[in-house]
This record gives sequence, C-alpha cells and structure tokens, in this order.
Amino acid sequence: MTALWVAIIAVALANAAIKAAGPVIVGGQELPPRAVSVIALLAPALLAALVVTETFGEEQHLVLDERAIGVAVAGLALALRAPVLIAIALAAVATALTRAFV
Amino acid sequence: MITFSGSAQFAVAAVLGGGGGALAAIIAAVLLNARFGPMGVAIAPYLKGGPLRRALEGQAVVDASWALASRGGGRFDREFMLGATVPQLAAWIGGTAVGVLGGNFIGDAGKLGLDVIFPAFFLALLAGELRSARARAVALLAVVLALALVPFAPPGVPVIAACAAALLGLKGSS
Repeated sequence: MTALWVAIIAVALANAAIKAAGPVIVGGQELPPRAVSVIALLAPALLAALVVTETFGEEQHLVLDERAIGVAVAGLALALRAPVLIAIALAAVATALTRAFV
Repeated sequence: MITFSGSAQFAVAAVLGGGGGALAAIIAAVLLNARFGPMGVAIAPYLKGGPLRRALEGQAVVDASWALASRGGGRFDREFMLGATVPQLAAWIGGTAVGVLGGNFIGDAGKLGLDVIFPAFFLALLAGELRSARARAVALLAVVLALALVPFAPPGVPVIAACAAALLGLKGSS
C-alpha cells in the first residue's frame, strides 16, 4: 500500500509539473515564426502517433487485431464525410462484431 | 483520481500489479505523461494571464480536450479546452469511484469494441489537421517513427519521439 501511495503522489506532482511547463515557459511572449510553425505541426505529429500506437501497439509489440478493422471503418466513414460521432460508433461496432464472430 | 491522467493511472496499476516497484511505476507513468509537454507547448500561446494562471490552465490539458480544442493549423480554442475538461474531470472522479466500488461489474470493455474509441477519435481529429501537404508529411513521418519505436521503447516514448516529426516545420515557410 505504501508503494502505491508513493507512486500516486510522485506521479501527481510530476504530471502537474509537466502540464505547467509548456504554458509557463512558452506562453506570453512572441515566438519566432519558425518556432510557431514547428509548434503548429505538433498536433498532426502527436495525433498520428497516437492513432497508430493505440491501434497497433500492445505493450511493446505491434499487433494486427480487431482494432485495426474498427479504425479502418472509421477512416472510411470519415472519408465519406460521416459525422465524427457516427464514425467512432461504427468503429466500435465493427471491432465488437469482428471479435464476436470472426 | 488525484493525477487526472488515465493512461498514467493504468500504467501505475499495471506495473504495481505486475510486481514492479514504485520507482518503475513512477517512471512508466511519467514517460506516458511526457506527451503533455509538447501538448502544453502547442496550446501555450492561447492561454491567458501570468505564469501561475497559465500553469493552472495547463492542468486542463488532457488528450481529448486538447485534441477537441485544436482548430487546425496550430490554433487552439482556450475556452473550449477548459470547458471540455470540466465535465470530463467530474466523470473521471465519478467513474473512478464507480470502478473502485463496482469492480468488474461491467465486464470486458473490449467485447463492446470500446478500446477502439480512442484511436478512432484521434483519427477523426487528425483528419482535420491534414489540410497542408506539410502537415501530411509530418503525420506520415510521425507514424513511421512511432511504429518503429514501439518494439524497442517503453510505452509512451514512441509518441513523444514522434513529435520530432514536427521539426519539418523548420524548413522554410509552409
């Protein structure tokens, strides 16, 4: 129990510090244009990495499982201009059905 | 509950549950949460007030709110992010309490395909970010970096390392 609480408190403090760092250091000042364009590209980089690690990552392995079907269905739905919530719901349904029947 | 960071909560639980020590659990969680560093940098120009206030507003950065507040091209909607975080925080604490009290009542969320909600959601937001050719190149590079690192780096590290793809922005103007 002690190890658990030590871990929780340490992680809470580190988490708060990490979240505060960017806004405190970068905020409130004019940035050079190059820095702005790098920062603007952080969003697509982070999102793309999150998509593939959440789809194919399993601990430290890459796996191709039912999640890929769901994400592919979502991608198709989005390409056909489906609303975001519909695309996400379709992804969950496709993954659940594949798990149940394949 | 205190850390308000889902992946870190799971990481601590997984490491301690798997027999790891407190230090290993802390390192795993901090690595996972390091992604809030670049997220905070990205949203920093849109937060208000002095250092203390910005540090507090930075606490509202969670994956979903941060991504929802993204308006494409690196712009962010501060009010939207803060607004999106408040109900999540309430649901978070409530959900954690239910989980503690209810245990495995719900069963396996995987059966319902709920684990695919996050990647599908991130994909939808990514789709809105890919308007420029440069953003598409960055996303592609980030995908390659992240996938290449998964087998070698602890969970969380591939996502942070993939941020290096944004350095393509240094090459002239878009």
